[in-house]
Amino acid sequence: MATYQITVNGQRREVTVDPSTPLLWVLREDLKMTGTKFGCGISACGACTVHVAGVATRSCIVPISHIGDRPIVTIEAIGNDAVGRAVQDAWVDIDVVQCGYCQSGQIMAAVALLKHTPKPSDKNIEESMGGNICRCGTYTRIRDAIKTAAAQITKGGA
Amino acid sequence: MPACRVGLLVSLAVASVFGFSALRFAGVSKAEPAQRPSREQGLAAWQQVYSVLTHPRCINCHTATNYPQQGDDRHRHVANVVRGPEGKGVPGLNCASCHQETNADSTGVPGGHNWHLAPLEMRWQDPNDQPLSSAAVCSQITDRKRNHNLDGPGLLKHHEEEALVKWAWNPGRRPDGSARTLPPLTHEQFIAATRQWVEAGTPCPPGK
Repeated sequence: MATYQITVNGQRREVTVDPSTPLLWVLREDLKMTGTKFGCGISACGACTVHVAGVATRSCIVPISHIGDRPIVTIEAIGNDAVGRAVQDAWVDIDVVQCGYCQSGQIMAAVALLKHTPKPSDKNIEESMGGNICRCGTYTRIRDAIKTAAAQITKGGA
Repeated sequence: MPACRVGLLVSLAVASVFGFSALRFAGVSKAEPAQRPSREQGLAAWQQVYSVLTHPRCINCHTATNYPQQGDDRHRHVANVVRGPEGKGVPGLNCASCHQETNADSTGVPGGHNWHLAPLEMRWQDPNDQPLSSAAVCSQITDRKRNHNLDGPGLLKHHEEEALVKWAWNPGRRPDGSARTLPPLTHEQFIAATRQWVEAGTPCPPGK
């Protein structure tokens, strides 16, 4: 066991866990932040996506010992960010969600895309979101919501 | 055992692996003037270098396609990972989305500093994921327009020091806990072969 000081959603948190513990387990089990989901556990589905130093990261396969000082942002706080807020609003407006299980990961990936590419093409969206799996098949609504958010961001200067 | 004897034994072992004259290889001593290896010796050394470059630990990220490969069977990388404009994936699905600065053996994800795909001009495969010939890879790696402008000593230094090159000999464990396979030479043997090839003037085999 080892003690780690990590920054999650702007707050300094301390956890004492085995160094090999994946970040996802730390978030869900130790910090009780259950918005980030366990999907496949092998980084193949994207449900566990969070941002680590701004990079969309599969938290299920990154041990806590690899995080260091890099700040973590999860779905619980992404709405505090202008791009994140626009994405979440678009998700509601388009009514993207069906079962909803994958959607926190979808939103985190979408925010990462829009922060880097404010006006994404269909190809940009397909490539960036292609690793986030939705068993309900909400892909077309996800794409519409990303475009809606992009338009809002451009309009609002987020 | 004195260090110099250990060094001589290592040199002899390396020379025998490479198929060079053990006497000549071991004879690279301070007592004798350095002699440039022959073209034939350089070509033999290149074949050893090529055997490493085409091992999955190396060639999996020297693709000609829009994606990296994984595993000893060199299958397409899972999760629809794509190359991206700088060989580092795309926003939302970067290499760094999973690959950290070091291997994560507890989860089976390899890692290293600046994890990325080699640029397309450094591809060592054809569009059907088949390794290019020895001549073609040699042509690429010695073409300064396609190798980041490296001369022979620059290539040697790259093989000696580049973190992702050295990762091939410390590739960590697979998700099932088993060790990833290593290239056919040790890193020391790889460097010795590269040096021999460079000292011979980086000769390339004929053909395409």
